Amino acid sequence: MMDLLTILLSESFWAASLRIATPLIFGVLGALICERAGVLNLGIEGIFVVGAMCGWMAVWLGAGLWGGILVAACAGAFFGLLHAILTVPLGLSQHVSGLGITLFATSVSYFTYRTALPSVSSPPRIEPFQPLDLPILSDLPFLGPVLFQQTALTWLALAFVALVCYVMNRTALGVALQAVGDNPNSVDAQGLSVYGLRIGAIVAGSALMALGGAFLTMSAFDAFFFGMVNGRGWVCIALVIFASWRPGKALFGALLFGAFDALQVRLQTEMGALVPGQVFLMAPYILSIIALVIAARSADYPRALLTPWFKGQR
Amino acid sequence: MIRIEPRAQTPRAFALGIPVLSAIVALALAAIPLIFAGANPIVAYGEMFKGVFGSLFAFSEMLTRATPLMFTGLAAALAFRAKLWNIGAEGQLYLGAMAAVAIGSGVLDVSGVVLLPLIIVCGAAAGAVGMAAPTYLKVRFGADEVVTTLLLNFIILIFLQMMLEGPLQDPMSLGWPQSAPVLDHGMLPPLMERMRVHSGLILALVLAGVAQFMLARSVWGFKLRAVGENAAAARHAGINVKRSLFGVAVISGGLAGLAGVSEVAGLKGYLTADLSPGFGYTGIVVAMLAGLSPMGVVVAALFIASVFVGADSMSRAMGVSSFLADLVVSMSLLCVLIGGFLAKYRIIRSNKAGATS
Repeated sequence: MMDLLTILLSESFWAASLRIATPLIFGVLGALICERAGVLNLGIEGIFVVGAMCGWMAVWLGAGLWGGILVAACAGAFFGLLHAILTVPLGLSQHVSGLGITLFATSVSYFTYRTALPSVSSPPRIEPFQPLDLPILSDLPFLGPVLFQQTALTWLALAFVALVCYVMNRTALGVALQAVGDNPNSVDAQGLSVYGLRIGAIVAGSALMALGGAFLTMSAFDAFFFGMVNGRGWVCIALVIFASWRPGKALFGALLFGAFDALQVRLQTEMGALVPGQVFLMAPYILSIIALVIAARSADYPRALLTPWFKGQR
Repeated sequence: MIRIEPRAQTPRAFALGIPVLSAIVALALAAIPLIFAGANPIVAYGEMFKGVFGSLFAFSEMLTRATPLMFTGLAAALAFRAKLWNIGAEGQLYLGAMAAVAIGSGVLDVSGVVLLPLIIVCGAAAGAVGMAAPTYLKVRFGADEVVTTLLLNFIILIFLQMMLEGPLQDPMSLGWPQSAPVLDHGMLPPLMERMRVHSGLILALVLAGVAQFMLARSVWGFKLRAVGENAAAARHAGINVKRSLFGVAVISGGLAGLAGVSEVAGLKGYLTADLSPGFGYTGIVVAMLAGLSPMGVVVAALFIASVFVGADSMSRAMGVSSFLADLVVSMSLLCVLIGGFLAKYRIIRSNKAGATS
């Protein structure tokens, strides 16, 4: 028990929690925006891969780190637009279209990577985002390492939480966005474009998802690997339900997941001799399922989620 | 002004035409990445064709690759018919494979007549449990099965690694995470001499036929389709929706489990963590291309397997990444999806804005 306490009180544990949570914060916000507008985006897993590959490759080709972020966001937005066209004006199955986008985006990324770099044994590395080094703040005890020695992308993620909260709750756009996910007919009756709002939400949400992927290759690691996204996108889909489609709760969910993941890595080194390491590796996915089961009953679904809407047809 | 209007009736030709056209369009679109990779598309298509139909061996390799895709394709097609989104065939495949090596590699001392059927039944049962669990969570707690089955894939894969480094590890494997081989008399017999194609293919074809018949002609099939088309109406008509869902979950998971059995006891002989290059996920594409029809699954699996085997051979000959096959497969899914739209709706051009009610 002492060991657990030591872990929970260490600054490295909390710093790792926030670091692990960062791509999930991007992903869960992106998925949340899409679903609030009434469209499930199962393309998320593939969009993570695209963001990771494109961001990394742009930097590798000399675009600079923020240039890479921009490229990743645009690539995510492109695949989001594809999903949007299939699911909004064409009203096709959101499940199948999303899975199709995941397969398509993943294979485009892998093919491009392999074509650009045929048979490299060790993947080329880039100079990733460095931890912030702020005067005074980064040197604070505890808070310094946990909050102020993260990379800029972590702060970007936190800023997006605040921005999405603000837009959702305080602006006309946010009200319209939520209405289009609950009752598209009312939005149409007010003369707003249901298609426009939904497509915009999916494109913006997908760009955010891609940033989650870009974090992996440009901050957490410094290279691109096949299979590196490893289900993070699906975890985000579970976290959105856990968060009842609220950005603040989504941040909490992502942090909780990050903390749990950081804890399992540390417990694995502590207790590796007693329990096979895989038990700990499984834990985050099991936690996601448990979170889903707990939240599902009380979940306040956007009422028009999964329901296509056609103009002039009620 | 463009209007979208539902068709009163889908023309018959669409049912067959759309998947075929989608496959052709997806193959044609592959010319873009081929040019991007610096290859001559015509030559590449030629190599792909040769890689499948160039020799009896090439053709038998394609049949070998199609076998697991038929099982996972059937698993997806039946579940999707009932609107049960089983995206977990990949995990269920590994559950079936684990069951096969667990009982097939010498633990049980029984003769071949008993061992092989036992392996098949246990493998299917393991897969069935793998789908019944998320279905329970859906029915009892309302937990979305898309997410739970997807997450279960990762959990099962980690569990597999644990088993391959623990109880299922071959003591003779010198520390490799690999299971002991299935006993010779527990193996599915090969179909042709010196070829890898095995009788798992026959099993898949028979099951596809049975599924086709049951779906079209039996009360069970009628209930399943009713639940898929309108669960509320089905419930109103006195159909026990939960029971129907569990029934199809068990069958769908069982079929995916059989894909694992077939790969282990038909092809590889032993189990490693890279047994399946995504057969579970590709099965979804197979099912969609097949229009969720069991006999269609057979044809779609042959097509997708041809793409994979052909692209592998083309890749060896021309140095273009074999991820091209995954590109074609994913594009054919998107094409068939768009094609499905054209089957259901008409796009009408009119000068006046459509009157809205």
